[in-house]
Amino acid sequence: MKAFAQLFLSLDETNKTNEKVRVLKDYFNSVPDTDKMHMLALFTGRKPKRQINSTLVRNWAIEASNIPAWLFEESYHVVGDLAETMALLMPKTTNSSNKTLTEWIAEINGLNNKTETEKKLWLLDSWDMLDSQERFVFNKLLTGSFRVGVSQNLVIKALADISGLEATVLTHRIMGSWMPETFSYTQLMGEQDIAENRSRPYPFFLAYPIQETSEKQKTPQEVGAALGDAADWQAEWKWDGIRAQMIKRDGEIFIWSRGEDLATEKFPELHPFLNALPDGTVIDGEILSFQNGLPMPFNVLQTRIGRKNLSKKILEESPVAVISYDCLEYAGEDIRYKTQTERRAVLEQLQAATPYPEVFRISALIKFDTWDELGTIREQARAMIAEGIMLKRKSAAYQVGRRRGDWWKWKIDPLSVDAVMIYAQKGHGRRADLYTDYTFAVWDGDKLVPFAKAYSGLTDAEIGKVDYFIKRNTIEKFGPVRTVKPELVFEIGFEGINRSTRHKSGIALRFPRILRWRHDKPKEEADTLESLRALLGD
Amino acid sequence: MAKKPLLEFTDRGIYCARGKFYIDPWQPVDDAVITHAHADHAYPGNKHYLAHHLSKEVLLYRLGEIQLQTVEYGETVMKNGVVISLYPAGHVIGSAQIRVEYQGEVWVVSGDYKVEDDGISTPFEPVKCHHFISECTFGMPVYTWKPQVQIFEDINNWWRTNLHNGMATVLVGYSLGKAQRILQNLDLFNGKVYTHGVIENTNDALRRNGVLLNPTERITPDSIKEEVRKGIILAPPSSVGTTWMRKFQPYSFGYCSGWMAIRGAKRRRAADRGFVLSDHADWNGLISAIDATGCESVYLTHGYTASFSRYLNEIGFDAHEVHTLYGDDEEASPQPSSEEREQTSEGDEKQKNADQVLSLGEDLGEAGGPVS
Repeated sequence: MKAFAQLFLSLDETNKTNEKVRVLKDYFNSVPDTDKMHMLALFTGRKPKRQINSTLVRNWAIEASNIPAWLFEESYHVVGDLAETMALLMPKTTNSSNKTLTEWIAEINGLNNKTETEKKLWLLDSWDMLDSQERFVFNKLLTGSFRVGVSQNLVIKALADISGLEATVLTHRIMGSWMPETFSYTQLMGEQDIAENRSRPYPFFLAYPIQETSEKQKTPQEVGAALGDAADWQAEWKWDGIRAQMIKRDGEIFIWSRGEDLATEKFPELHPFLNALPDGTVIDGEILSFQNGLPMPFNVLQTRIGRKNLSKKILEESPVAVISYDCLEYAGEDIRYKTQTERRAVLEQLQAATPYPEVFRISALIKFDTWDELGTIREQARAMIAEGIMLKRKSAAYQVGRRRGDWWKWKIDPLSVDAVMIYAQKGHGRRADLYTDYTFAVWDGDKLVPFAKAYSGLTDAEIGKVDYFIKRNTIEKFGPVRTVKPELVFEIGFEGINRSTRHKSGIALRFPRILRWRHDKPKEEADTLESLRALLGD
Repeated sequence: MAKKPLLEFTDRGIYCARGKFYIDPWQPVDDAVITHAHADHAYPGNKHYLAHHLSKEVLLYRLGEIQLQTVEYGETVMKNGVVISLYPAGHVIGSAQIRVEYQGEVWVVSGDYKVEDDGISTPFEPVKCHHFISECTFGMPVYTWKPQVQIFEDINNWWRTNLHNGMATVLVGYSLGKAQRILQNLDLFNGKVYTHGVIENTNDALRRNGVLLNPTERITPDSIKEEVRKGIILAPPSSVGTTWMRKFQPYSFGYCSGWMAIRGAKRRRAADRGFVLSDHADWNGLISAIDATGCESVYLTHGYTASFSRYLNEIGFDAHEVHTLYGDDEEASPQPSSEEREQTSEGDEKQKNADQVLSLGEDLGEAGGPVS
């Protein structure tokens, strides 16, 4: 654990990419293989199962810290991270422990069938043998809130440097479900891919945005100047659903979402078409809710994502289908190296053969000859229930991760309203102890009605100024939330708008974020609820 | 009718009606007693100032020609029958707690303070009183400091590692207090200490005041970059991310502040290394200092006033939250242009004005953190 805590600290102690890779390599070169795999699992979002619920951990930490519960809560709002708060508040210890990361994780997993009293004793003992930095990472493991400020790419880079393997190969090997207890370091780093893993997906290829800031729109001429001849490009609508990879191998089917969650059971409607595919097929596409052959807005799909059990009612109200747009494996062969056009031909052939064309759909190609023409077509995206247009270079292979060059997303301009900030709450992580999460309101007659929360879109300097304003213009405090004097006006951008019975305003926004601070607008000139309702379009 | 308190909180500052003077006023007044020379405590525009001897040159440098009377710790000054005396606050060189006594009633205003002896400021001395007006910048239990010996060991090791890796070392701390504390604790066997103009101006003022500081070299346009990169560069917070700093690349950049105790705050500063070094008392320091006064009531002026006063009340103190303008956020202070920053290393009359704009901003580096 000491080495792992030190790794965390060292990664925190530099902002330089090369330095971080060096630190990661030092770690890999100095700990046992099992620790390496546990670290890799943790750094790629594979958290150990939570064995003690976090309310109990929190309560026992309050007891150990010997401060009132309210002060613990206040401290948490200052620190913005539960594991760190607990580590900072507990009395220092003089004991220490040499257990490895592997041993600690085994102990945590061993708590499974222990009584609450046993768990408490174990936890108090454990805290007592860890120093403050060790406690911090230990608490992170325990509460399952493990997130590191290091991208998976850096970890892969370190492993690639050590093994001499290509980063893309390693990225693929660590995809999907594996357990650090069974997937060994030797398997990971071997010359040949010897791991038996039928369910393993390929790393997703992600598009780069053409529109990098929301303020300045790119014209079709600018897009053309950057991308060259229109004839080299394939265009499709950019669908707003769940990106997924669908696998059929050895008679088994798997559905992976982009977050590498295995979601096979969440979409039973897709099983018949997947089972009908030939073995050794992997398809990339977007899962959407459909009704009468038309895609429905994302919020319809959203209602069934979080459900544990899919009721008959849900399946009837928001049945899903796939709009496929790529084929990564055919007849058991990885065909990612083939060109976009070649892969498209394979996909079309597979889709033409399906007995379930209503569920296994294909993303239609948009016909266009010039960038101007495509620019005009793009204007219809909202009517198509699409987010914009995808551009794919016809000669490009299917790559790994988000890369510039061959896949671009050209989104439509967001909708926007001017709104007044009325509540604020402190952020977490690097925004700890700063007011960064805001609630916005629009006018309904002479009242301000809250309609959206947003916490991104401002620069650090602007956040500083808004924080300063909030601290001096607080009307009331409710726990962590402050009611703020209505005065500051912001332009709020969003991708879509829908009716909602859960919100006071009666509407719900998709991806609300701050586009800019309207210093020029007094609060009286903010938009009205009526103008928002008009955007509902019915 | 209840007796009027000896000190009261007004919209100009802490006021003694009986003695007709203010302590650390933020609006111009006739008679001001100043705890220390940081910009949120020593404002310009007062007719008369009273402060400690060791604040003299810095106050004159920062506020220009002012009418200033200075005294030694423990020395008494009478104003309209009210007895005023200064006691060490341990915050920065020349910082003082102000003791005010009238007919046996004693009030003490802490200004900013820390209880650890930093080896350069006169160490904090608890003063018995009936009413104690205290800061609580770090009045949350998550803030507990390690002894400075350990911090400076980390800093000196980091400097050595940078030298070994061919990196320049830039260490950031505010110009009055932190900079000198760092300077006196650096391992000068590692190399020379180079200073940003803003810090060196403050060093010069302190040296005029007779304070013995370790040798430093001011960075000017004539400085030889390769030489400077072999030493350590002391810079104020306002220089972070400027072209002035960038010309020493590649460097490792460290930030010294109590806020560095929290990971999020450190990440926000985007520093390579955050050193938890503060000139304010930590949670335990605040409580022990308040306890040592034996006071009947304590008033909290700035910092986490709401939670800290609630906690003090729960453990048996009579604590109150009061509103002042101390410890204001640095973001809200004037940010000088990079041109002004560059000029600060040269130092003629025009630049001195620019420096003053700077000093308003950067001193708040620590006092001006989150306010709850």
